[in-house]
Amino acid sequence: MGTQNAPIDYLPIVLMFVVALGFVVTTMVASHLLGPKRKTKIKLDSFECGIEGQGNARLPFSIKYFLVAILFVLFDVEVIFMYPWAVNFKELGMVGVMEVFTFVALLLVGFYYMLSKRALKWEE
Amino acid sequence: MLSFILYKLLVCIIIFAISLGVAAYSTLWERKFAAFLQDRVGPDRAGPKGILQPLADGGKMFFKEEIIPNVSNRFLFILGPSLFMLTALMTGTVIPWGKDFTTAAGNTYSFQITDINIGVLYLLGVVSIGVYGIMIGGWASNNKYALLGAIRASSQMISYEIAMGISIIALIVTSGGTLSLREIVESQDEGVANIVWQPLGFLIFFVCALAETNRAPFDLPECEAELVGGYHTEYSSMKLGLFLFAEYINMFISSAIMSAFYFGGYNFPFAKELYHAIGLQEGSIWISLIGFGAFFTKIIIFINVFMWVRWTLPRFRYDQLMNLGWKVLLPLSLLNLGITIVVEYFRGNIHF
Repeated sequence: MGTQNAPIDYLPIVLMFVVALGFVVTTMVASHLLGPKRKTKIKLDSFECGIEGQGNARLPFSIKYFLVAILFVLFDVEVIFMYPWAVNFKELGMVGVMEVFTFVALLLVGFYYMLSKRALKWEE
Repeated sequence: MLSFILYKLLVCIIIFAISLGVAAYSTLWERKFAAFLQDRVGPDRAGPKGILQPLADGGKMFFKEEIIPNVSNRFLFILGPSLFMLTALMTGTVIPWGKDFTTAAGNTYSFQITDINIGVLYLLGVVSIGVYGIMIGGWASNNKYALLGAIRASSQMISYEIAMGISIIALIVTSGGTLSLREIVESQDEGVANIVWQPLGFLIFFVCALAETNRAPFDLPECEAELVGGYHTEYSSMKLGLFLFAEYINMFISSAIMSAFYFGGYNFPFAKELYHAIGLQEGSIWISLIGFGAFFTKIIIFINVFMWVRWTLPRFRYDQLMNLGWKVLLPLSLLNLGITIVVEYFRGNIHF
């Protein structure tokens, strides 16, 4: 199998990217050229179930979604910190396990705080 | 060097063609499957037993009028579906589709596009970029339904990514601490598949995979009863096609990842005995092909399970979905990690 982290091993990803990009661009251009073009004012309005559109959609939306995004950033970063341990868990042995349990305990404290602040109550 | 690039390019094109082919025929099979469960016939007009239906659908998409609403952001409107499709196709890069084989001239070729030692992180990264495709597409439409659908989709996908990440950590520990997908599959070569050590982890991963691919019962982003078409309300012609198509590719890839992670990928029970009985040498291309067939069988079983779930379970309510992700799956995946550590201790992989 040899080394897996030489720059050459990442070259096929670029190749795949080129293939995928080629496909996407081809379909976009082809559908642009092939389809009919009979545009009218009403057709180009945004869809609002057939009634006249009211304003645009650059509206403020529920803060809950923003909260979810912030919580995701926090928890995902904590999850990412656990990957280096998972790769080296054999070498780190029991000390590593204890450290991960401590880390998870801290994570759970944050999780409990999040729940007690009712951050995920969607009904309110 | 040139032959290496040409071979890899060939593999890229083959994987790309397989992804597209499986995705196209998944759409037909999904409709046939739904028809079977609902005691109907399903599409049967295009070609014998409807076998040409995906081609007809694809062709129709190309010849539809392309509508970009006046109020939308033109560039982002086009970028959204492109990005979604691009990331869906890129995820297939690190999956090991079969064993390496050696030609008579002594060159070793791989059935995998590339075997990088950060394969799992690469997968997580590319899947996360897919969220941008939906978010950009829905926001750029400048339509209220599309905006709501996009916000729902992205917050759903990021919520389930956490539980997924933790269940993958448990899996990495079980397979001996490696991020390379090839090594994860190879670690299941001798002995048993990871599902034996990770039944709970597999369940969490499966639920998260359903949510990540926006499949029912987690298809709230395109919940037609409330949001018309969700994030792709304003899309038409092949841009809509790319959104719908990428979803099926995601389903195919996540089936592949599940079979590689938990069901041994291209390994199957008594593989060595079988190869020995029919007299195949180590490194023969036939071993690679049989392994590829076994892998593909597992993928198709998973695609069927995805469809079965879709046509059996009703849709969640949004607060139920979020509660499941944050309050059930996240603690459960941490519990699973704890169980994994204890099990690994008794398997003798963790020492004082």
